[in-house]
Amino acid sequence: MNRTDNINDLHTQNTRGVGLKIEGLRVQFGPTQAVLRDLTLTVEPGQIVALVGASGCGKSTLLRTIAGLQDHQAGLIEFSNTLTGQRRSGCAFVFQEATLLPWRTAIENVRLPFEIGSRYTISPESNQSIEAALQAVELHQENWQKFPRQLSGGMRMRASIARALVTDPNLLLLDEPFAALDDILRTKLNQLLLDLWTAKNRTILFVTHNIAEAVMLSHKIAIVANGKIAKVIPNELAWPRNTAQRTSVEFAQQYSTTSHALAQQN
Amino acid sequence: MKKPAVDSPWWVRQLGVLLVFCLFVAAWHLAVSIFDIPRMIVPTPAGVWSAALREKKTLAIGFGMTAAIAVSALALSVIIGSSVAVLFSLSRWLRATLHPYVIFLQTVPIVAIAPLLITWFGYGFQTIVLVAVIISLFPIISNVTAGLLSVDTNLVELFRLNGATRWQTMCKLQVPFAVRSLILGARISAGLAVIGAIIGEFFVGETSTSAAGLGTLIAGWQRMLRTDAMIAAIITSTLLGITVLGGVNLLSKLLLKRWTEGQFENS
Repeated sequence: MNRTDNINDLHTQNTRGVGLKIEGLRVQFGPTQAVLRDLTLTVEPGQIVALVGASGCGKSTLLRTIAGLQDHQAGLIEFSNTLTGQRRSGCAFVFQEATLLPWRTAIENVRLPFEIGSRYTISPESNQSIEAALQAVELHQENWQKFPRQLSGGMRMRASIARALVTDPNLLLLDEPFAALDDILRTKLNQLLLDLWTAKNRTILFVTHNIAEAVMLSHKIAIVANGKIAKVIPNELAWPRNTAQRTSVEFAQQYSTTSHALAQQN
Repeated sequence: MKKPAVDSPWWVRQLGVLLVFCLFVAAWHLAVSIFDIPRMIVPTPAGVWSAALREKKTLAIGFGMTAAIAVSALALSVIIGSSVAVLFSLSRWLRATLHPYVIFLQTVPIVAIAPLLITWFGYGFQTIVLVAVIISLFPIISNVTAGLLSVDTNLVELFRLNGATRWQTMCKLQVPFAVRSLILGARISAGLAVIGAIIGEFFVGETSTSAAGLGTLIAGWQRMLRTDAMIAAIITSTLLGITVLGGVNLLSKLLLKRWTEGQFENS
């Protein structure tokens, strides 16, 4: 590959991220109440897609269905590249809350994925990836042996992200990961996610209520309304990204395009 | 906010408790002397004290005997109750089917079935333990079952996402999660096990194989109208209850280390 490869080539060829094709997806709770109806979405390998929309529009349900936590009644979800099988091996999920086991220290929580399931066993390599994941999320070593109750909200979230990264997932799903954090912390963790993406170049799908976050972090923004993808907006903000871009004209334009499109749906 | 009185030594903080105790003993003594109540019905505090000293060896053996029964019963309740709870948490069907019988365990008047148990299992240590187990089992089953089933749904999904087997979810998530509930249940059961042991001894009486427990002593001294010794035995039973509960609390502190360590550091 020549040195002048553009960003798109980088995304599609140089990634172990997984591509995702969703067609005619229908999910219903109970016999009549359809949460997702005929939803179609394509995600390129190595892309970051932000899912935005009003509360209760089905964003989280979509994410949970992709993860295999929620059954679907119709339609298909196809993974390309390395992600196969019912168990969605190679896919990791980050919840809105840190969701750590309170009786385990930070490092023990990050080790958890190696202790459950049939795929993983603790080996010298896994110990290396545990430490690498903790370093990647910038959780300082002095906090590794602390229990979640001894950590701040931001540190807990970092541990939670480290746990998702530790198995080196090809698809990372985040359900409003930073919603419970204050603005400064949120910006920091946005930057962290950008850095992680730059380093690993994996496919990421995330749900957010924050338009600025959606613009800052994504390649495209999918607006979910009434259980469908109402609109997909390409994100023009230049790469490589940095949270300092928030003050740029480019950002403001993308922000207003997105919020305008979102307002039209509601 | 008011500053908590952590600086004063324990005996200063317990001064009120001590004062009430002294007042109670004084009132008791005065009431007995002023109204001239027969000592056989209400002995003086001093009378109880001297009876306790006179029977100290019998009381000590009784304490040990009843403690052995109560502790065995509590241990059995924890083992049986937790196992039942694990089964209950695994199957909704099992829970629905057997829950009425667990309720039955709680509501059965133990005093009414103790004679039946004696008929079946004889006048012995094991029958008393059985009575105490029946009375102390319910809080363990209900608390642990609730604990195993009340795990945060996000955590359950996290385990599912990582392909955890049912066994792994039980061992690594549900059981550690339920430890707090188990301890809560064990605290209630500790008191009930002592009550069960004494009730069992009332009915079984002095067994041929072992020394008399506190329940046996109370029943025996009641027949002999030795009220002073009886009250001494009752106070000893109360002390036993406190001791068993204290033991459970001590054990739980050790067990819960991972759950509480550094609790207040960052608050």
